[in-house]
Parts: sequence; structure tokens; C-alpha cells
Amino acid sequence: MALDQCADDPRPFIEAAAPEHPSLIDTEHRLADLYGIINVPTAIWIDEAGTIVRPNDVAFGSEVFRELTGFDSVAYLDAVREWVREGTLPFDRRGVRERQMLPSADEQLARAEFGLAWHLHKSGKPDAALRHFERGGELSPDDFTIRRGSMPIRGIDPMASPEFLELYQEWTARGRPYYRPRA
Amino acid sequence: MVDGRLTLIDDGRAVDVPARFRADGVRLRPADVTAALGWELKPEGLCHGGICVPVRNPAELVDADGVDLAALARLMARPLALDVEERTAYLAASAAERCAQLATLQAPEFTLPDLSGRLHSLSDYRGRKILLIAYASW
Repeated sequence: MALDQCADDPRPFIEAAAPEHPSLIDTEHRLADLYGIINVPTAIWIDEAGTIVRPNDVAFGSEVFRELTGFDSVAYLDAVREWVREGTLPFDRRGVRERQMLPSADEQLARAEFGLAWHLHKSGKPDAALRHFERGGELSPDDFTIRRGSMPIRGIDPMASPEFLELYQEWTARGRPYYRPRA
Repeated sequence: MVDGRLTLIDDGRAVDVPARFRADGVRLRPADVTAALGWELKPEGLCHGGICVPVRNPAELVDADGVDLAALARLMARPLALDVEERTAYLAASAAERCAQLATLQAPEFTLPDLSGRLHSLSDYRGRKILLIAYASW
């Protein structure tokens, strides 16, 4: 599920991968709001009854980012396969609840600011939109879906611009808060 | 003070309502608040679906120009992003609502399009395991 401003942004990746699973586009960041998603990639396990059985996790599909993030994709993918094949779950309900990071009032207000900013941008008001993207970023500094997600919308390179590098350095200085633990 | 229309986006759904724009904020007529948001001002307080929130400071909420949108949002306990100059406001879901839903561990329902525009709902896949991956081109 791509948190992108239009289908054309993730399209080359989706077409190159040619997946058998559905690839959805979430231009309004609806899923980010519903599931408390603050960065990408985020992986969530939902069982046959529609129950969240593994909450939001950083999860990469390959070892590409192992050195940068320390994340062991092999172990995660093994766990996914075991779940699919054997139904093995890493946590019970209590374990899932303990590991959920639920949104704060400021984080939801940040989402309101993002929603307003995005609407204003679509209405041809980029200057007004910018004010609200920035306000959202101030309210929820760990939320990359707002701070980094708004960069392509604002015409800024989210990979190598000075703005992104500053965001990344500041985030690193705060210990790279993503999902648990977060202070 | 200017009479005009406010674009009010309620958790993603945009409605256009008559509004009065003042230096201190935006005012809506009580009837428009009810029509747009489903909340009604009654003697018991601000009411929605059989539940009423007491209004401790009625003068802060309502005056001759109508209901103050920011005060209304506070009473509804919902976050409000407001741009008076652009006559647009966004009311998001409260943290309490999101937390309550997520605490049930029931995956929130959603409907989103794929690249071809075909809509997919989470409930379409009930009966199967779902690995939900959020990613982005950024």
C-alpha cells in the first residue's frame, strides 16, 4: 500500500515487481491515520478473522538496508512464512497490545494539519499548504509520513535534499524513533 | 467579519457550509453544524447519537454569529486544523477514537484503489491472512 500523492509515483516500482498481490494507492494517507503508521516501510499482520496479530513493525523485504538500520529481514520473512504455513504467532493478544504504539492527541492534530495541507495543495494553494505541512511536522516530529511524505508534494527531493538530510540527522540524534521503543 | 462558505473536511469527507469569518475564528449556524457534523446544540449540551457533552461556557461556544468552530472541535474532542484565510478546515479523528479502535485489535476497515482504479476493501479478504505493507516512493 503506497503512501504516495498519486498512482504514477509508485507505478514504476509496482510494474517492475509485477506482484500477484493487490497494490493499493493511499493518496489521502487514510491507512496511516487508521493504523497509526508514522514511517515506511511498515508491516502489519492481520489474520483470517480480521484481527491484528502482529502490530506495526519496521520491516524490509531484503537485506539492502541491513547495514543502515540493523534490521534482520531474513528473520522477519522467516517469521512471516511460519505464520502463513503453520499459523505461528510471535505474540499473544496481550503481547500485541503491549507492542502497539497508539497515537497521541498531537499526532492526530498533525494528521489534521496534513489533511488540510494536502487539500489546499490539491486546490492550487501551495503556499498555504506549506504552512500546514510544516505545522504538522512540528506537532509530530517522528511522523515521516508527514515530514518526508510531504517533500515530493512540495517539490523537494525526499532522498538527498538538504531538508531531508537535516530531518534524518535530527531523527538520528533522537535515537531513530520509529516503532517501539519510543520515549 | 465576512459571510462566506467554509470547506469543512470531516475525517476525509469534504462539505461546504455557510460560515461567518471573524478575526477570532469561524462561526457556523447551529443548523449547519447539525447538518454537516451530526452534532446538535440542546439545553443538555452538545449532543450526538444520544450522548451529550455538557457545555460549561456557553458564551464561548455560541454567540449571535453562531457556533465557534474551534470551541466546537474542543467539545467534540477532535483535532481541528483551520485556515481562516483559505476558508478551509480539517477535522481529524481523535486520538481517543483511533486508540479505542486499535485497542480492540480489530483491523480497521478501509477501501483503496489499485493502479487500475479498482477498489479493494480489507473485508474483501476476510478468511485470508493479510500482510499489510505500507511503503512509498519517498
